[in-house]
Amino acid sequence: MEIEIHVIHYLVISTVMMFCGIYGFFTRKNLLALLISVELMLNAVNVNFAVFNRYLFPDRLEGHFFSLFGIAVAAAETAVAIAIIINVYRNVKQVLTDDITDLKG
Amino acid sequence: MDITTSLLSMQAEASLAVILVVMLLADLIIREPGHRKLQILGCILMAVQLALNVVPAEGEAFGGMYRSTELASVVKTVLAAGTLLVFMQAGEWLGREDTRGKAGEFYLLTLSTLLGMFLMVSAGSFMLFYIGLELASIPMACLVAFDKYRHHSAEAGAKFILSSMFSSALMLYGLSLLYGTCGTMYFADMPALLAGTPLQVMAMVFFFAGLGFKVSLVPFHMWTPDVYQGAPTAVAGYLSVISKGAAAFAMAAVLLKVFGGMVHDWSLLLSVVTVLTITVGNVFAVLQTDLKRFMAYSSISQAGYIVLGALAGSGQGMASLVYYVIIYVAANLAVFGIIGTVEQHTGGKTGRSAYAGLYQTNPRLAFGMTLALFSLAGIPPFAGFFSKFFVFAAAFHAGHWLVVFLALVNTIISLYYYLLVVKAMYITPSDSPVPPFRADGLTRAGLLVCVAGVVVTGLVSGLYGLLSGAALH
Repeated sequence: MEIEIHVIHYLVISTVMMFCGIYGFFTRKNLLALLISVELMLNAVNVNFAVFNRYLFPDRLEGHFFSLFGIAVAAAETAVAIAIIINVYRNVKQVLTDDITDLKG
Repeated sequence: MDITTSLLSMQAEASLAVILVVMLLADLIIREPGHRKLQILGCILMAVQLALNVVPAEGEAFGGMYRSTELASVVKTVLAAGTLLVFMQAGEWLGREDTRGKAGEFYLLTLSTLLGMFLMVSAGSFMLFYIGLELASIPMACLVAFDKYRHHSAEAGAKFILSSMFSSALMLYGLSLLYGTCGTMYFADMPALLAGTPLQVMAMVFFFAGLGFKVSLVPFHMWTPDVYQGAPTAVAGYLSVISKGAAAFAMAAVLLKVFGGMVHDWSLLLSVVTVLTITVGNVFAVLQTDLKRFMAYSSISQAGYIVLGALAGSGQGMASLVYYVIIYVAANLAVFGIIGTVEQHTGGKTGRSAYAGLYQTNPRLAFGMTLALFSLAGIPPFAGFFSKFFVFAAAFHAGHWLVVFLALVNTIISLYYYLLVVKAMYITPSDSPVPPFRADGLTRAGLLVCVAGVVVTGLVSGLYGLLSGAALH
């Protein structure tokens, strides 16, 4: 039996990815895990763009380009974020959010 | 239209990009210690940028991807002027032992974020909007974490980059759903395709949440106090006026241009968020003793007043929003400039108690600070009163009288905490007040321009008329 794959199947995956990312962002304690959660969210968006373009508007290219830009920008953001996290580690020898609480009130 | 004509019609962006390259080369050529020369060069180049773009111009390029209106052009000039003021005030901090060697990087990163904001303000498509937003926020994270050896700065940087990534991911998710329903990302084509279906409303809410982080609207404001307190003071000042002003204008422009047909869906959302923002910012500002953190909460509540202009949903509202941003830039940069210079001359003190008796030792600084705080609170002879008045008038005109009433009540609460600082400077006695000091020439000139802006713009009545002319054009 052959199963045909529709837009909806991709959308279920991307939605699950998106909300796993949001959940992870709010529950994880490690800065790197927070970063991974955000990457998951950004990739869910890229899947969305590619799928919408491929299935709904196959004669245009905007969505594909948007996901390309999204990937490039996400890479730049990750590079900066990791540099900053390394700097945090050098200063406090810790990357857990529970220990980085000097600023509050 | 070929590429050269396209680039020429992006006048402000093109000249800023040239300035960025000149600054990069100067940073390579000028030998250390070159922080003073770089600062002067940066100020001159920004003055040139202002002179080149003082006449508002319209422009369209790359098939509608870029579309600058007259009002957007005015906003870009204001942002450039604010950046010039930040450059003038940053000298003392950049002259410090540990930042001296990388002063050039500060100017480069600041100019890149400014270029990003220019693109964001005059985007004609969500693609360019997104690129501009990211160009404005990634180098900003580097700026926040600029004081590499102070772990407050690093902590603030980590908080900033993570919340900024999270918010842009939320915004992008909204954009992807919009793309799914419209099939295009161009602002010009989208309004006809937006009918307010449930999916589009959800997409709009995601988009709004993402931008709400950048403007620091409640409930998306959690990062603001930590980042402002941890960031170097000049950067916090830049973040609080330039970055916030650009994001607020861009948000208002998109809500009007793209989601104009869904005004019933977003006006309730925006009014609730506005009232919450103003109130929560005020309540927490009362509790603060550190001045940078206090200014962070104050800027949250000011953001509420700024988006009140967007709530009006008309040309008048946009003009009052831009007017508010102009006054806010002058007043807030004066306050941050004074906090910064006091911090540099007292070995890093930013607590309110450090300001006790400032009037006895540094009367002119205390007086400038008082004028700026009065303007932020909205006391009549100063510009802040008129900017609040225009924003309230625009929102009232559109029928949001309850929101205007609550905002008015909050103005009175805000008077209390701004006066707490004034009281500390003039009345509270102190055994060890800040010793008398003389800030360097450019800092003093920058502060003078800010304070003059606060006093004079309130009296020059033509400015608002010009802005509303540009908005209706």
